[in-house]
Amino acid sequence: MTFLAPLRLAIDIGGTFTDTVLVDAADAVIASTKTLTTHDNPAEGALLGATRALADATASMTDIIGFIHGTTLATNALIEKRGARVATITTEGFRDILEIGYERRYSQYDINLQKTDFLVPRDRALTVRERMSASGEVLIALDEASIADLIAKLDDCKAEAVAICLMHAYANPAHEQRLRRLLQDVRPDLRISISSEVSPEAREFDRLCTTVANAYIQPLMARYLDAFASAFKSKGLRCPILMITAGGGMTTLHTAGQFPIRLVESGPAGGAILAARIARENNLGAVLSFDMGGTTAKLCLIDDATPQTSRQFEIGRAARFIKGSGMPVRIPVIDMIEIGAGGGSIAAVDRLGRLTVGPKSAGSEPGPVAFGRGGGDPTVTDADVVLGYIQPENFAEGQFAIETAAAEEVLLTTLGMPLGLDACGAADGVSRIVDESMASAARTHAVESGKVLSQRTMIAFGGNGPLHACRVARSAGVSRVLIPANPSVGSALGFLFAPVSFEIVRSRYALLAEMDIAAINRLLGDMCREALAVVRQGDAEAPITTRRSAYMRYHGQGHEIEIALPDRAISAEDLKSLTAAFETAYSAQFSRPVPGMNIEILNWSVHLSTPMRPLSEITAQPRLRHIQPTRTKRIFCDVSGVFREAAFVPREVLRPGDHLSGPALIAEPQTTTFVGADFTLDVDMRGTLILTRETQSD
Amino acid sequence: MTDISPAHLQVMWNRLVAVVEEQAQTLIRAAFSPIVRECGDISAGIFDARGEMLAQAVTGTPGHINTMAEAVKHLRARFPAETMKPGDIYMTNDPWLASGHLNDFLLMMPVFRQGHVVGYTSCTSHLVDLGGLGMGPEGSDVYDEGLLIPPCKLVDQGTVNTLLMDIVQANSREPIANEGDIYALIACCEAGAARLAAMMNEFDLSDLDRLSHYIIETSRRGTLDAISQVPEGRYINEMTMDGYDVPLTLRATLTVRKDGLHLDFAGTSPCSSKGINVPLNYAAAYSVFAMRCIIGPDIPNNAGSLAPFVVTGPPGCILNAEHPAPVAMRHTLGQMTPDLVLGCLHQALPDLIPAEGASCMYDLPMRHTADAARDGGRRFAIELVHNGGTGARPTSDGLSATAFPSGVFGSQVEIAEAVAPITIWRRELRPDSGGAGQYRGGLGQVIELSSAIDQPFLVFLSVERLENPAAGRQGGRSGAPGRIRVSGRVDDIPGKCELRVDAGERLIFETPGGGGFGDPAQRDRAAIQSDVKCGVVTPGAAQALYGVRT
Repeated sequence: MTFLAPLRLAIDIGGTFTDTVLVDAADAVIASTKTLTTHDNPAEGALLGATRALADATASMTDIIGFIHGTTLATNALIEKRGARVATITTEGFRDILEIGYERRYSQYDINLQKTDFLVPRDRALTVRERMSASGEVLIALDEASIADLIAKLDDCKAEAVAICLMHAYANPAHEQRLRRLLQDVRPDLRISISSEVSPEAREFDRLCTTVANAYIQPLMARYLDAFASAFKSKGLRCPILMITAGGGMTTLHTAGQFPIRLVESGPAGGAILAARIARENNLGAVLSFDMGGTTAKLCLIDDATPQTSRQFEIGRAARFIKGSGMPVRIPVIDMIEIGAGGGSIAAVDRLGRLTVGPKSAGSEPGPVAFGRGGGDPTVTDADVVLGYIQPENFAEGQFAIETAAAEEVLLTTLGMPLGLDACGAADGVSRIVDESMASAARTHAVESGKVLSQRTMIAFGGNGPLHACRVARSAGVSRVLIPANPSVGSALGFLFAPVSFEIVRSRYALLAEMDIAAINRLLGDMCREALAVVRQGDAEAPITTRRSAYMRYHGQGHEIEIALPDRAISAEDLKSLTAAFETAYSAQFSRPVPGMNIEILNWSVHLSTPMRPLSEITAQPRLRHIQPTRTKRIFCDVSGVFREAAFVPREVLRPGDHLSGPALIAEPQTTTFVGADFTLDVDMRGTLILTRETQSD
Repeated sequence: MTDISPAHLQVMWNRLVAVVEEQAQTLIRAAFSPIVRECGDISAGIFDARGEMLAQAVTGTPGHINTMAEAVKHLRARFPAETMKPGDIYMTNDPWLASGHLNDFLLMMPVFRQGHVVGYTSCTSHLVDLGGLGMGPEGSDVYDEGLLIPPCKLVDQGTVNTLLMDIVQANSREPIANEGDIYALIACCEAGAARLAAMMNEFDLSDLDRLSHYIIETSRRGTLDAISQVPEGRYINEMTMDGYDVPLTLRATLTVRKDGLHLDFAGTSPCSSKGINVPLNYAAAYSVFAMRCIIGPDIPNNAGSLAPFVVTGPPGCILNAEHPAPVAMRHTLGQMTPDLVLGCLHQALPDLIPAEGASCMYDLPMRHTADAARDGGRRFAIELVHNGGTGARPTSDGLSATAFPSGVFGSQVEIAEAVAPITIWRRELRPDSGGAGQYRGGLGQVIELSSAIDQPFLVFLSVERLENPAAGRQGGRSGAPGRIRVSGRVDDIPGKCELRVDAGERLIFETPGGGGFGDPAQRDRAAIQSDVKCGVVTPGAAQALYGVRT
């Protein structure tokens, strides 16, 4: 095989599979592998994947000049409660911040609900006498005499890590820093996370949760990152390893070890980065990325090739993915909605006779009935088998046989009979319900973001994304879908296009019209310096783009809108244009501004980043070639409601310029693209599949 | 009519539920009232051509369940469908039509297809201020409480009635916020109508009849199924509440039959002279919410699932207050009706019903005093919302400092202190406040606060359970009552009043604990040890209530 050295490698360790992608200097994929995740020692599976990919490309570890890694380990440790024994230290009078939270139940009608486990029981919730005001003035000095007592209590409860979150520490971190120093003087090995570093935002509950989560996974992640780095070093890796963060940037192992909470959800972030890259390649302004796997689907809105971001995220939502049922974490993240809809999602008929799908999942074990590995409940995959979209032939590279008859049987008996449908009718119902639920989630997310869904282009990937893309797009009113090359390793591929970046969000309350401009400039200046130091560790020389923003809202409202600030010190003259910018953004979301209402700012952010990797130049236009399929398969047509023949084409035979009309199945080793009867397919110069829905006459 | 497969109908039903949830989210984000932001005190619904409700958003406060359905029926009767034009929107804040007090505005918009009304969208939101005495119990009649807009056409074929808008603004201390909220309601109606029309296009429906029939029949059948699990009979429960100045009796008789539940408030005290009276629509909303928590909670709210629940009350009793009784703080007692109703249901289903809880939220509007403002002090207004403990459940402890039956969000201390000149010195659980039992009631919390700028401030109180704590069930003990104090003053503060807190004083309020469930002697020893270790039960109380020495 020929390639342009040097090489870059990305490894995404997921719950089931470890994906590895190797690219050459032109960012062309020269090898990719999917190996089973080795839970006891994840580096082992990663090494195996890397070794295989390098062997496929006849290259060696020493050829690699860029190594990017993302892992679900941080998220899983939090969900599976495998972290350290954490104690909290909060301001005296505020011992119960975690338990009190927002004082609400996440499910209105469930009188038996249990509150989320926030990892620190009350007997490990300690307090210290001190108090800052909202503006950061000392109201009560830190009681240094109580340190010995605190140490005794920490020893008593056998704390392995400490989360310190003092009132208004985002405004003045002095007491938190001092307290950490005093504790470390006595217990130098104690791992301590302080809220003013981990998440310097107002809202004591969210900040404490974030600090606790960071402390909880820090010992584990530090050990993991060390072991991972030395394993690869011993195999000859010479370049540094960079980690993907939830915000979609890369950071150093050092920063990752300090703030491991920033590593949560890095896999899905990789998918969004890939989609943003494809949006750039294709000049798409408004995109919806759609990543559907075995248990969940993740959706992200991408505008001007930039994934929508958020400042918070919830870990481990209760079974039904209910908002508010997880542990809130306030860090900069790519804003994704995750719903319990995947190939393994289980379909059922409830006691009212309603057909429901998910969020319960058969996962990969026992899996769908059609996999013949002991699964007994009908799943989305079983429906896709019955409808003919998943073909038994060479499924998952022949790793196991598809049992179509078993899938038909379970759909008929479990769903069809109670509903008065045949197996195919039941399968079509399952497909419609699950596709509607994903489309619905996307619509709601768009509405919540003040955006419109129907004009977007969908970019679909993940094991089941290409299979369901047309159906979800139709439900969502979307008429254009792109399927990138290597869609089943989309996240790992996305890692390779991430910039080195770091974002800091800090709270400081101000009314826009009367703010202390000098103080805000100092605040932003300090934040930029802090972020720059982090970015420079990862890349010492690349030019750096700075994005400064303020999160504004009308006084009295709760919803904040991110407004870009100029990349320099602000002056009084800027206030007018900032007001105008807010009113424009507000109008876009709420149809009209509210003149005369005060505008307030609670949070400020800076985002520093190295440039995006350049796109490969493509000037040539592909030559149109109508494909005459040599093979067809019998599938259920979800437009006409009857069985008919669909073109069956291996993706590897498609060339730029190729064109065909649905229905069609485009098969590749890890996934299949289903082209609906109302879609046509074109292949562009990069090998991306472009699916276009014929517009309806009305 | 062509037959539509059940799977297609289910997809459309799911779509309608998603649409109303989207509308609700949009309203919450655009709202200026803290009670909307913190409590989601809004609603959105979709109705068929006959005015039957097909879907309603599940929002933070159950006060809109049913009330919206009734209001839409009323508006349709007042304004015949034949007279409606595309782009029309109707409005009212009549407490007896909308949602129990003047702050709640309800809008309704017809949806057209091929020239005919095929359905309606409706939404409700709590506006910040309607003049009068404002949010407090001090009004003597509804005229004291502010501006009432009778049912009217707010938007005529897309043109907003500017006189109406001017009147709403001219009668408010917060005219800009009110205007913003009404425009948000208009946008919400329009968005809902557009989404409904788009869905009918997508699925090629000329009317909603078949879908409506499917939703309502499926829900009604499921609800009757659930009701058939409740033993038939008449169940009577009575509770004593603190009231405004004299204790009140709330009494309910629940008649359970296979074809439905009938709740009646006969025997309940007459109206109070002050604004804690509850219009029946609001009392019914909370009562039905409580019953639906037990009976068929998995079925969404719509005409089919709500029809089997009928609520009545003798006119003039405090749970069926009639015009012109003052009703501004109708939620204080309205939020107690779930405990009243669950007390009836408990007799029928002893193993499924939780103990009584704090229930009434501790909603504390505060603002500067007139004299402080006159002397050049800082003007401010803030509304803190906090809760007590919920009742213990039949198989688990109650939840500490958690809202029930409302779904309010408790305020964050750092945000409160950033936007208002107050310092909150303490916010912690109250040990021993959860009622003892095999399962312990949830704990209340204690909150201490003072002015941050040495300036007096006012607090408007309308809270419950200072005199009458949450009772336990099945041998469980009562939770601790609430308590309100000011440091340095000898007497406690009553639950309903306007309170002035001077510079240097600290306001200390303790929210009630929830009742316990089951005999304390049956409580798991390990659970008692853990409670003591965590400091939620003191060693003395463990000994006294559970006979456990630690």
